[in-house]
Amino acid sequence: MARYFTDEHEWIDLEGDTATVGITDYAQGQLGDIVFVELPEVGSMVEKGKDAAVVESVKAASDVYAPLSGEVVEVNDSLDDDPALVNSSPEEDGWFFKMTVSDKSELEGLMDDKAYKSFCDGL
Amino acid sequence: MSAPNASGWKPGTPVQDHNAMAGPDTVTGNRALMLEEPLIFEIGTTETTGVDLPEPQSGSNRLGGLDRSEKIGLPGLSEPETIRHYTRLSRQNYAIDLGLFPLGSCTMKHNPRLNEKVARMPGFADVHPLQPVDTVRGALEVVNELAHWLIELTGMHGVAMSPKAGAHGELCGILCIRAALEARGDAREVILVPESAHGTNPATAAFAGYRVEDIPANADGRVDLEALKARLGPDVAGVMITNPNTCGLFERDMKAISDAVHEAGGFVYCDGANFNAIVGKVRPGDLGVDAMHINLHKTFSTPHGGGGPGSGPVVLSEALSPYGPLPFTARTKDGVVHLVEEGNAAEFEHTKAFGRMTAFHGQMGMFTRALAYILSHGADGLRQVAEDAVLNANYILRSLEDVLHAPFGHSGPCMHEALFGDKGFAGDISTLDLAKALIDEGYHPMTMYFPLVVHGAMLVEPTETESKAALDQFIGALRSVAERAKAGDESLKTAPHYAPRRRLDETLAARKPILAWEEPNPPGGAPSMSEQGGR
Amino acid sequence: MRYLPLTDADRSEMLEKIGASDVDALFVDVPEEARLDGPIHGLPMHASEMAVEKHMRRLSKKNLAAADAAFFLGAGAYKHHVPASVDHIIQRGEFLTAYTPYQPEIAQGTLQMLFEFQSQVAHLYGCAVANASMYDGSTACWEAVAMAGRIARGKKRKVVLSGALHPHYAEVVKTMAKFTDDEIAHARPAMQAAPDNDGLIARIDEDTASVVVQYPDILGRVTDLAPIAEAAHAKGALLIVVNTEPVALGALKSPGEMGADIVVGEGQSIGVGLQFGGPYLGLFAVRDPKHVRMMPGRLCGETQDAEGKRGYVLTLSTREQHIRREKATSNICTNSGLCALAFSVHMTLLGEAGLRRLAMENHRLACIAADRLAKVPGVSVLNDSFFNEFTIRLGTDARAVVRKLAKQDVLAGVSLGRLFPDHADLADGLIVAVTETTTEEDIETLASALEEVLA
Repeated sequence: MARYFTDEHEWIDLEGDTATVGITDYAQGQLGDIVFVELPEVGSMVEKGKDAAVVESVKAASDVYAPLSGEVVEVNDSLDDDPALVNSSPEEDGWFFKMTVSDKSELEGLMDDKAYKSFCDGL
Repeated sequence: MSAPNASGWKPGTPVQDHNAMAGPDTVTGNRALMLEEPLIFEIGTTETTGVDLPEPQSGSNRLGGLDRSEKIGLPGLSEPETIRHYTRLSRQNYAIDLGLFPLGSCTMKHNPRLNEKVARMPGFADVHPLQPVDTVRGALEVVNELAHWLIELTGMHGVAMSPKAGAHGELCGILCIRAALEARGDAREVILVPESAHGTNPATAAFAGYRVEDIPANADGRVDLEALKARLGPDVAGVMITNPNTCGLFERDMKAISDAVHEAGGFVYCDGANFNAIVGKVRPGDLGVDAMHINLHKTFSTPHGGGGPGSGPVVLSEALSPYGPLPFTARTKDGVVHLVEEGNAAEFEHTKAFGRMTAFHGQMGMFTRALAYILSHGADGLRQVAEDAVLNANYILRSLEDVLHAPFGHSGPCMHEALFGDKGFAGDISTLDLAKALIDEGYHPMTMYFPLVVHGAMLVEPTETESKAALDQFIGALRSVAERAKAGDESLKTAPHYAPRRRLDETLAARKPILAWEEPNPPGGAPSMSEQGGR
Repeated sequence: MRYLPLTDADRSEMLEKIGASDVDALFVDVPEEARLDGPIHGLPMHASEMAVEKHMRRLSKKNLAAADAAFFLGAGAYKHHVPASVDHIIQRGEFLTAYTPYQPEIAQGTLQMLFEFQSQVAHLYGCAVANASMYDGSTACWEAVAMAGRIARGKKRKVVLSGALHPHYAEVVKTMAKFTDDEIAHARPAMQAAPDNDGLIARIDEDTASVVVQYPDILGRVTDLAPIAEAAHAKGALLIVVNTEPVALGALKSPGEMGADIVVGEGQSIGVGLQFGGPYLGLFAVRDPKHVRMMPGRLCGETQDAEGKRGYVLTLSTREQHIRREKATSNICTNSGLCALAFSVHMTLLGEAGLRRLAMENHRLACIAADRLAKVPGVSVLNDSFFNEFTIRLGTDARAVVRKLAKQDVLAGVSLGRLFPDHADLADGLIVAVTETTTEEDIETLASALEEVLA
């Protein structure tokens, strides 16, 4: 399994043709206490770079862009009851949704762990 | 400015070490005049009532078999309990009647009580909106007279009186623009809005079907005229400019902005939230504005009431007036004031109205108050209102700029509000902490984190109804908390300490929303509300 | 000027501190040509309290106050007795002159009141959650339509309006829909004893996002909403129920109980008074708590303070314009706070027992009025069912009759000609509202006046 990162602070775990998407520890730290996550509908098509989800803190609502194009196949329902998972476990239990990957060439240009870390250090 | 007040207290002097004042806990949870009050659902019962009404009599029933048989769950209290409940609640509120309320952009000025008396006159308070017009000519005259003065004060051509609040007025103005463009077959898609604008501006433009694009600001905190000109084109329906703007500055280039927008075939919407700074001094119509809403609860002192009702008449240029919504009033040459509605719009040659904003004629209860305010001040008084509001704000700006960062302090005088930022605060002490410390000093905080263009923004609007002594005391308090913020005083982070509540957990409220009272025990369990009995 | 505390000495001292020569130096950014050099044209100089009061009283006296007439107007605004305590409470400065409760530690009075208000409205409507109020019933109605559109995520664009929805409410919806590309299917009102539910249901299709029904309807009729809810839900549409007379819900089943998804209405009847149409009080509630995040307007919620004490805050604000800007659920930025307080105080004074008695008294008197008016030659009562308002047919232009009777201080009702100027066949209809403030003597006055004018 390979993990990729975007400069919008999302992580993507790729397993076969399915990607799991969430926001990074750095992102949750910037957003503060997460109070709600609006997830896409299962079965909906998302397009790389376009709105896919919204993550809300008390005073801000931030769009989460789809890191890749494809179909949403599963969403993390436990975020409905416990949005704080995004703060406590952003890169594991706090995942947002799973999607099929229609075009693997879209992975080009994404960062790996090391590159993302130095990207954040530079911010 | 350091003169002691009558009680001997001096700005910047702590009253006493509060730890030495701390007393024992109380069994009631009350602390003398600070009284805890339960919910009506916890103290009332469904059988109690504070209104004497006849017991239901048997008679005919034509409710179509839809009688409400299930319990509704509404608690009642007797009259003395009701008065006490709400009086106790009222004492947990800050209000202009208690002290200076420096919320920038919100214009918390004194609410004259004459206006309350006038609004309650039976000819205004006790008339139905659909009474035959011959029985409400006086009410129509009030609407018309206020409309007249709003037109005169703004130098515009017409006014739509029906919008129910500022944001509703904004919508009305933008819909007039859209209707005017559509009438000439011109489908434009974009409204330009400065970054510093209030959130209602983009929300309104988006609602009216427009795409919103930002207008950049220059280093002075004003609209960048050249950047704006560069963006104008056949796709731009108009601009929404707040003037004076949300940084508290007058848009010097307003006329040039209007000319450029008109040249490009667009319209100019002016957010009139800050009209109080220029009323009687400058007429927006002379600056080329096509539409501007006026918050009667700001400039013309109708009460804010804990969040409304507002009232947002929109003045319109000659180009937009034909599209204004129904209903409205019109005075004919014989002096009679008419109500123009769907049924008689053609008689008054008003056939292009874009529609109707609300069921009835607007906020009559606010019109009477605003008219009483305008007549009380008169031409000389209104001018003085603007001058004193601007004077008070500049006094605050210049008295505090040595201790608080004033990002546009170099841009010339401010108008009715002074803008500061959080630069120089120690460690992780924030604007929020400073605001909460101001609560301990007995003040409502200023507007925080708005406009978005200044980090940790603090927007201070004193209004014209504050005395110099009141300003000096406030300046002393704000200076003190600013100094503590810069010195890294950690006690700011736990403020307020002396309010009816300590800092409230907004994260908890949003994560697990509890938005209505629910019986603490499920049905069939412990006694329900009505069985518990009241006090 | 009595509202301005600064003295000339203060002003000079302050100008000196600022470093400005005179006050005009503070207006230096206003271009010369835009500055007014003289007073506003025609506006007199400042006036004393006595003089202003006199002027306003003169205008007030030119109106016929409801209390001075035999009064039967309704159609969206009703004359009810408001207890004296209500006006006393809303004039307390701590409520009257407070701002929106953005600093919750010093606004618990307003916030707790709003929490109680939301709870009262939710109970009254048979819903899970109500918001902290909207401008009025008509704008709340449009906001409900817009919300249903958001829930349909723009996939359904059709809005089916009942023909018996208040025409001004329908007009507001149609006005706003012009700008949002929603398709409005609006029928004309039918002058029948019961509303045409079958016709309404037939207009609901797969593309329908919401169905809007008034209860009791503009002609005063009441109908079981459950079949309409069922039909709407079968097509994936939401049922929006509009109520303009909250007192009715002390006697009638709640819309939520019958399956309405969004319930909106006018709260003016409870505590607010007639006020020539405003300010009024928009009520807005949803039956299913999952729809809360799609709601417009302010919401007050319970939480705790740093010491664990219960308190209240405005919450879920990310829906609102000040955070979401162009993506907000609505551009609304205010509520009708003081009117919500008036409603809440009046409702607390009534309590459930009082509300039920008030409702039954309204209904009793309305039944008496309907029976009496039915006996007037030429008059027929349209309704099979009603609460405190019903429609009569006069066999002649009702608008002219209303105007004639007004000259005798009889305000007979709202003519359908006033409300539906384009529908000549409705012109003989008159909506008559009867409340606890109506006396049997008033009813007799109206009946005799009608007998005379129709003879």
